[in-house]
Amino acid sequence: MADTFIPIAPRRAPAHASGTFAALRRNFFSSLPNTVVSLLLLAVFTWLAVKGWNWGIVNAVFAANADLCQAARGIGACWGVVNEKARFILLGRFPQAEQWRPVVASLALLAPVLASCSRRFWKPWLALVWLAGVAVFFALMGGGVAGLTKVPTDQWGGLPLTLMLSIISMLLAFPVSVFLALGRRSGMPAIRSLCLVFVELVRGVPLISVLFMASFMFPLFMPVGKSPDVLVRVVVGISLFAAAYMAEIIRGGLQTVGRGQQEAAASMGLTYWQAQRKIILPQALGAVVPSIVNNFISLFKDTSLVTIVSLYELTGALSLALGSDPNWRPFKIEAYLFIAAIYFAFCYAMSRYSLRLEKRIGLYGGQHEQ
Amino acid sequence: MPGLIPPRRAPAAPRRALSLKSRQFRGVLYQALAVAVVVLLAWLLINNTLANMRARGIQSGFNFLSEPAGFDIGESWLSYDAADPYWKAFLVGIVNTLRVAVTGCVLATLLGTLLGIGRFSRNALLRGVCRTYVELFRNIPLLLQLLMWYLIFLEYLPLPSEALSLGKMVFLSKNGLSFPFFNGSLQFEIPAAGEMQIVGGATLSPEFMAVLLGLVLYTAAFIAEVVRAGIASVPKGQAEAAASIGLSRIHAMRLIILPQALRLIVPPLTNQYLNLTKNSSLAVAIGYPELVSIANTSMNQSGRAVECISLIMLVYLLLSLITSALMNWFNRRVALRER
Repeated sequence: MADTFIPIAPRRAPAHASGTFAALRRNFFSSLPNTVVSLLLLAVFTWLAVKGWNWGIVNAVFAANADLCQAARGIGACWGVVNEKARFILLGRFPQAEQWRPVVASLALLAPVLASCSRRFWKPWLALVWLAGVAVFFALMGGGVAGLTKVPTDQWGGLPLTLMLSIISMLLAFPVSVFLALGRRSGMPAIRSLCLVFVELVRGVPLISVLFMASFMFPLFMPVGKSPDVLVRVVVGISLFAAAYMAEIIRGGLQTVGRGQQEAAASMGLTYWQAQRKIILPQALGAVVPSIVNNFISLFKDTSLVTIVSLYELTGALSLALGSDPNWRPFKIEAYLFIAAIYFAFCYAMSRYSLRLEKRIGLYGGQHEQ
Repeated sequence: MPGLIPPRRAPAAPRRALSLKSRQFRGVLYQALAVAVVVLLAWLLINNTLANMRARGIQSGFNFLSEPAGFDIGESWLSYDAADPYWKAFLVGIVNTLRVAVTGCVLATLLGTLLGIGRFSRNALLRGVCRTYVELFRNIPLLLQLLMWYLIFLEYLPLPSEALSLGKMVFLSKNGLSFPFFNGSLQFEIPAAGEMQIVGGATLSPEFMAVLLGLVLYTAAFIAEVVRAGIASVPKGQAEAAASIGLSRIHAMRLIILPQALRLIVPPLTNQYLNLTKNSSLAVAIGYPELVSIANTSMNQSGRAVECISLIMLVYLLLSLITSALMNWFNRRVALRER
């Protein structure tokens, strides 16, 4: 018997599991249906991209010339309308000569917001920066101080108004919502039910009805002959609306703080308010910052509704700019795309920020029931 | 024998002194104060309102509901004309709100679920499409989206005489979407293109379609996120176990993953339904005659702002309560039954 060694044929090397080619295959061509979907989507994308490129860039009219735009109608976009009306859409009916004021005012209002995004600046003096930002905003917009001419609020508009409505409403809503949230967890039945009724009532109705109320019913609520400015009424309405939603978020945060924390605080002899301020709220609020940012995003989008009660923020200023101008009215869709891009930029940036915060809190500072 | 220890004295009854040092007394005091402030505020507001109404000669009360409304409504499932009373106009508005809200909830759920599942596809391109969709649609205000859809419907759709048609059965034009449906005498009718308009069948107005499209596309983005979070919460072992007993990915999703994810999905989904219903009030901006739009017209015509706004709020509160109740019932059905 001859012992001959016959080796088995070597196994084939396994397919590459890494590298560009493997990643491509795994992600796009792993099976027949997958391949079909990929090719189909690719075809649709190519078609859309070519169409979009031709419409938006190649055949588009960038010059602020209504006749050229009319000629290109249906073939290319008319970005001329943005060119022509951007100033009005962004700043509203603010007097032409004074338009540096809303620009600087908006920056002054945005500065404390941006500073608050970074933990490095979470210091007591940030409150002063906020105060200064808000003061500068109203001084510049309203005028009447430092030799600036007075500008009535019905001439405020565009992006500054959008920013003001959302940021100021949020600022006003925040303390209210903290008290509402604490109230809903209070041991006193009367206070608990008052807070509960307010929060549930407001959350049950659409914002537009609150705005109608601010616009038509508030004047009736005031003493005869006295009525605050419509802008004030709308800010109050939006703030109360936002406060109800934020109260629920903060209540969620309060629930994540273990009972032991409250008991430990009490055992150290802290009073109720001391315990809330030093022990409970810092933990509760820290846990819900991402949700508060998300709430701010909805508030920012919701400010577009004030158009319906005749305030000319971004969306309203656009209708105002094009509604009375038959030359440019046909190119409203391009103008809509322009402000949609502005809203998107703000909201997307904020949602990315909120996501980052969420990840960080999840990694280091998550609150757990003990 | 050592004597028994004498029994401890019964504890003194908690002091109920009328002093600020007593916690109970302070509690009662604070609550009384809070209630007093609220009552005072309410009294002040009502008093002011009545004084203002007298000063401006505004009539008040709900008796205007039985007076003739005097305005026409573009679309209605109920028979309605301008001579009908206000209450009927409101009823038409409520029906129109429900029509768009219910259809919207169903369609948004379908689209949102598909988009949410799409985030877990093996195909990176498909995952990207779903992600981009969600980011794009939820970061642009709904009002702006509604205005854009309405504009597109009005500007870019053909005239009825040149309507786009699908096999001469379904027509799409500036007049809206016409499709075969039962007519007044319950006969099945196929629409046909006439000179000025599409006749026969049923027609959805461009306003209705713009509102519906806007609401569905916007809410679907949020529902997609809800569904994604729900699916992501199901432990990976479940998918692996499903694969190991030979289920295909589609079967695993339908039979194993989704039923478990549903528990986490239903509560936030309820919120989205409530949002959609409340958001349908934005239709007032493009003239779809739903509740807010009807109330707005009635308010301008009759001058009864307080009554009309209260009606809007009341109806939405009721709708919210009903939706919550329905969804809570559904939630109990899908909830984990723990033994």
